[in-house]
Amino acid sequence: MPRKAIKDFSVERLQILDEHGVCDEELRPPLSDAQIRSLYEWMILARVFDEKAYKLQREGRLGTYASILGQEAAQIASALALEPSDWMFPSFREPGASMVRGLPLRMILQYWSGDERGSIIPRGQNDFPISIPVATQIPIGAGVAWGAKYKGDNIAVVVFLGDGATSKGDFHEGLNAAGVFSLPVVFFCQNNQWAISVPRHRQTAAETLAQKAIAYGFPGIQVDGNDVFAVYSATDEALKRARAGKGPTLIEAVTYRIGDHTTADDATRYRSTEEVAEWKNKDPIDRLIKYMATKKLWDEAYGQKVTAQARERVEAAVNEQENTPAADAKDIFLHTFQELPAELARQMEAFLNEIGQRDGNGAHNG
Amino acid sequence: MAKRTMVEAINLALQQEMTNDPSVLILGEDIGKDGGVFRVTQGLIEQFGEKRVVDTPVSESAIVGLAIGLAVYGLRPIAEIQFEGFSFAALEQLSCHASRVRTRTRGRYQCPLVVRIPYGGGIRAPEHHSDSNEAHFVHIPGLKVVVPSTPYEAKGLLLSAIRDPDPVIFMEPKRIYRALREEVPDEEYAIPLDRARIVVEGTDVTLIAWGAMLHITLQAAKSMADKGISAEVIDIRTLSPLDHNTLIESVKKTKRAVVVHEAPRTCGLGAEIVARINEMALVYLEAPVERVTGFDTIMPLPKLEKLYLPDVGRVVHAIDRVMHF
Repeated sequence: MPRKAIKDFSVERLQILDEHGVCDEELRPPLSDAQIRSLYEWMILARVFDEKAYKLQREGRLGTYASILGQEAAQIASALALEPSDWMFPSFREPGASMVRGLPLRMILQYWSGDERGSIIPRGQNDFPISIPVATQIPIGAGVAWGAKYKGDNIAVVVFLGDGATSKGDFHEGLNAAGVFSLPVVFFCQNNQWAISVPRHRQTAAETLAQKAIAYGFPGIQVDGNDVFAVYSATDEALKRARAGKGPTLIEAVTYRIGDHTTADDATRYRSTEEVAEWKNKDPIDRLIKYMATKKLWDEAYGQKVTAQARERVEAAVNEQENTPAADAKDIFLHTFQELPAELARQMEAFLNEIGQRDGNGAHNG
Repeated sequence: MAKRTMVEAINLALQQEMTNDPSVLILGEDIGKDGGVFRVTQGLIEQFGEKRVVDTPVSESAIVGLAIGLAVYGLRPIAEIQFEGFSFAALEQLSCHASRVRTRTRGRYQCPLVVRIPYGGGIRAPEHHSDSNEAHFVHIPGLKVVVPSTPYEAKGLLLSAIRDPDPVIFMEPKRIYRALREEVPDEEYAIPLDRARIVVEGTDVTLIAWGAMLHITLQAAKSMADKGISAEVIDIRTLSPLDHNTLIESVKKTKRAVVVHEAPRTCGLGAEIVARINEMALVYLEAPVERVTGFDTIMPLPKLEKLYLPDVGRVVHAIDRVMHF
């Protein structure tokens, strides 16, 4: 008997606003002028924040920080598509998404300054703290989606991940289980082309990351990750699908990490300046400005005002963070379990006595 | 009251707590229609349905990761890892997330999950089905580690584990899953997770064990009694956090101690127990504390496992050594 094709697949790519600011109005999501301005203003805030965080690290005022320069559209537009009742699982390169969701800038800085209290997500904001181990947040996000389905809550979960994460076992286990249980979850992959020094083509021989969804039995779509409209539209559609009980979606947002992996990295060791320059021409903010200008939604004065306001807000956050006292030494111990076990109490008391005697002024470690 | 095996006692605890609390659900490989490879979850899918008794893909990391998400969302998931040898795939989820949820968020989120893991040797099982890896979990701050030693204990400890606000690794010594029956009340009862149990009172030497090794140790104690040596036998029950007070008080009384475990010796929980005795009762000791343990080797396949596992003879010899130091 002859061989025959039993399944045929294709992978879609969505672009609505190209790098020249030309927009396909038919595909453009129905956002009001105010919403478009909001997209722009959040992206400026994210960029100004990012620039400041980088500088603070260089001045020794912040710990290691992972820049989002160039990836603003991917994370701002996807986060803006979420409802407050939805849940978000960031990886470690989504401060833009976190601020949109309501995490105070002060707390993002607090975390990266080395103070875990920056991860105390405010009540009412349904987000998990960032996940430093790559891809491990994926099954947990799927678990929250399962919890919502179990309780009959009409919400969706978005899980952020990077291109490197698609090579991990937890990517497979998490997406596979989400497909099997038809969970209300959107896996949002910011494919920024580089996992530290290893390029995207060394993560997988697959032509796209989006197509990996096909093997898990749910849709995958590639979007221009520097196009706010494509990102918003694809995320909105996937979230609605999830909330309607139709299961998960994988979104591959093709973008680029303009900066180093983190402040501890030097990307000139492994990639060309030409490549970076090429991607700078596809900047997500520049193209939105071009589009907004043609729609009379942007002019120089407005642009300057937005940037000035963002700087003010970031400076205020830096000031507030830097004036936040360090936690007490007890803070190391007290939250390991709901109730402090006897042995931990013993360790804590011994330690407090020791540093109390050494410093002569109690247990403060600030 | 009925006589039950440990498998039946655990099944009863699951069934009762699922009846009490609609937020309890169980997930794992083959736990539904098959009732689990050890039949621990037998009958639960018929009683509670596929929504609450969930067969998962063969994905240990996802089983625990999903359970973390469920717990964070306010449910009480009980995950089963089929054999301890497969738990390593889930260690990252346990170590990097489950154990840290509370600390990372200072209690904004919590992770009240139970991971049930059949563990240990002595049932002639294939490779990777007989290890004692409890120390891996004990070494992860933020996890509680519980090992029942009898059917009665299993039911009461599991009830506490399910109700605990923090993640609990519940390790089930499969060698004694069906090896003994005892009276297990139909009623609910909870055994606290912070107290070791004095199984037999004695005056001459303290014997410390958990899980299947408790029974080897009890037999050794019995044979010592025939020689006129009175051994106090302590079941640790909760390996982490460790209730050292019960141990220390006993050692202060008997002045001698032997720790028995199946796991490899180096950095096994026995090492920690010896260290605490040294810290808190050194001056009372008449002899160095002895350890009877597995070896720092790969767990042998069934033909040699009896040699590897501590037996009554080895425990008796260790008691002799501390008695005649």
